Amino acid sequence: MIRIEPRQAPSRLMTLGIPVLSAVVALALAAIPLAFAGAGIATAYQEMFKGIFGSVFAFTEMLTRATPLIFTGLAAALAFRARLWNIGAEGQLYLGAMAAVAVGAGAVDAPGFVLIPLVILFGCAAGAVGMAVPTVLKSRFGADEVVTTLLLNFVILIFLQMMLEGPLKDPMGLGWPQSPPILDQGMLPPLMDRMRVHSGFIIALVAAGVAQFMLVRSVWGFKLRAVGENAAAARHAGIRVNRSMMSVALVSGALAGMAGVSEVAGLKGYLTADLSPGFGYTGIVVAMLAGLSPAGVVVSALFIASVFVGADSMSRAMGVSSYLADLVVSMSLICVLIGGFTARYRITRVKPLRGEGA
Amino acid sequence: MMDILQILLSESFWAASLRIATPLIFGVLGALLCEKSGVLNLGIEGIFVAGAMAGWMAVWLGAGLWGGVIVAALVGAFFGLIHAILTVPLGLSQHVSGLGVTMFATSVSYFVYRTALPNVSSPPRIEPFQVLDIPILSELPFLGPVLFQQTGLTWLAIFMVGSVWYVMNRTPLGVAIQAVGDNPDSVDAQGLSVYGLRIGAVVAGSALMALGGAFLTMSAFDAFFFGMVNGRGWVCIALVIFASWRPGKAFLGALLFGAFDAFQVRLQTEVGALVPGQVFLMAPYILSIIALVVAARSADYPRALLTPWFKGQR
Repeated sequence: MIRIEPRQAPSRLMTLGIPVLSAVVALALAAIPLAFAGAGIATAYQEMFKGIFGSVFAFTEMLTRATPLIFTGLAAALAFRARLWNIGAEGQLYLGAMAAVAVGAGAVDAPGFVLIPLVILFGCAAGAVGMAVPTVLKSRFGADEVVTTLLLNFVILIFLQMMLEGPLKDPMGLGWPQSPPILDQGMLPPLMDRMRVHSGFIIALVAAGVAQFMLVRSVWGFKLRAVGENAAAARHAGIRVNRSMMSVALVSGALAGMAGVSEVAGLKGYLTADLSPGFGYTGIVVAMLAGLSPAGVVVSALFIASVFVGADSMSRAMGVSSYLADLVVSMSLICVLIGGFTARYRITRVKPLRGEGA
Repeated sequence: MMDILQILLSESFWAASLRIATPLIFGVLGALLCEKSGVLNLGIEGIFVAGAMAGWMAVWLGAGLWGGVIVAALVGAFFGLIHAILTVPLGLSQHVSGLGVTMFATSVSYFVYRTALPNVSSPPRIEPFQVLDIPILSELPFLGPVLFQQTGLTWLAIFMVGSVWYVMNRTPLGVAIQAVGDNPDSVDAQGLSVYGLRIGAVVAGSALMALGGAFLTMSAFDAFFFGMVNGRGWVCIALVIFASWRPGKAFLGALLFGAFDAFQVRLQTEVGALVPGQVFLMAPYILSIIALVVAARSADYPRALLTPWFKGQR
């Protein structure tokens, strides 16, 4: 018969190799939908590759795409480490973006070195509040945060539409539901001439570095991991679990809010209801591919962004639906889950003892 | 005040409530079946999308309406099987696996739809289920228009409420499913297969969820749109907790939800000028959150929910 038994400790090679292998398998599996769509498979992969590395512009586009994914990936990775299931990064992203335009689009007229930090501060605070609410509902009433954060995403999106038709509507917007633009000095400066990649990317890298350090080296990170691994034991050890949960919730929400700030104040300039094509949800895949490690989030965000940018340019060139990218992303999540299983367990055949039925 | 009373007493209001509740009834029953066996299925949102797309596409390709329903159920069962394999024998995180299945099912559906219909601006329509006008019964006062002027799928949903209740409470299979969600060791000790029961429950539950999606494209509307499921799956997950995992209460919860939704649409036409329309659109989601907050502490959770079980390990 076949038995599943845990391994002693997953080897370093496995912890690093499995996400990479999962990503490769998911990319290879993309050949199936490509064949279904009747596209030449080799050319399609070539087009994808060209779409990422074919020019400086293509490569910077990939970095631009990775920026919000690093933030939402970090938001998911930290929360999941504490077993706080924040599936609401999409909503928190929009809260951050709304706060950014509310402050940055003329309400405060200040020079850039004041306005930029202010925009970031308000955006992060709004995101943090967005995650604080479901966390209170969880600790106070036992309401499952998975369901509440998922439902709040819809509430926030409708609230956004209300704001874009009301207080946040651009009077010069020709009737379109969009916000007025953020003042020029409030925008995150671009990193290169004529490219869209902006300093939000640098902020994202710094955030990942700080998160990695805090998680591994600080008391805060130790408590967070203790709560995630065994909440009852952590409580026994004198860790105030609810407090620790709330602090992770605030950081996670703030990071998701920062994704919104970076998109609106780094890239678009103004806010519309289609700012995010699901960055919040994709952040969960980014975090899982990274094995919930903040440093790993950077790498996996770059990979996922490559898939999106590559598939976009491939679909333009070959007429294959760009939903292929979402398909590859979801397949890589499933692959990395299965891969994670093989790192933690092994399947062995054992001979059944005589007299013992299957 | 009189207006509100008038709405609540009107036949069309309750008929609409039952119509809005139908996909939720399927979804809540499906989620209930999965969770009773100990497996949370967050794939529900994507399975709704897949059921809606597959059922519609089957009819569009000429399968006939009930053929479409069967295709939807099979597609739902397929995605349920993926979730079941990941969470039951492999024992992986039910949260993450469920979200993965939602993403996978949604993107497969969108990709297939876009590949089959690359350049359509208005989605092609099918001839949806028609109202089953049952001669004498539909002329009953009040009950007639409410109950007997619904489509066949609404009837199927009501029938499933009774069937799920019967199977869960009156058959050995149902007792075994409940036991495997409460105490898998005891089920194993009796020589029953924990894996088999859980996989079976998740697959069957997912097929039911897909029917909720199929109702959207084959009865409520006559075409498939992107984003048409719009969180209905998540609402079902909240409603199951509200219903404390009981089929009868799940039906009432879905109906109450449908009634509230129907009510807000009517209220909107009355006081629409005073309040922005979005306030009404938000209401169903906020209502679900409130229902969850109210019911969370007292809900009768299946004791082994979210806990993986491995053969030979205690």
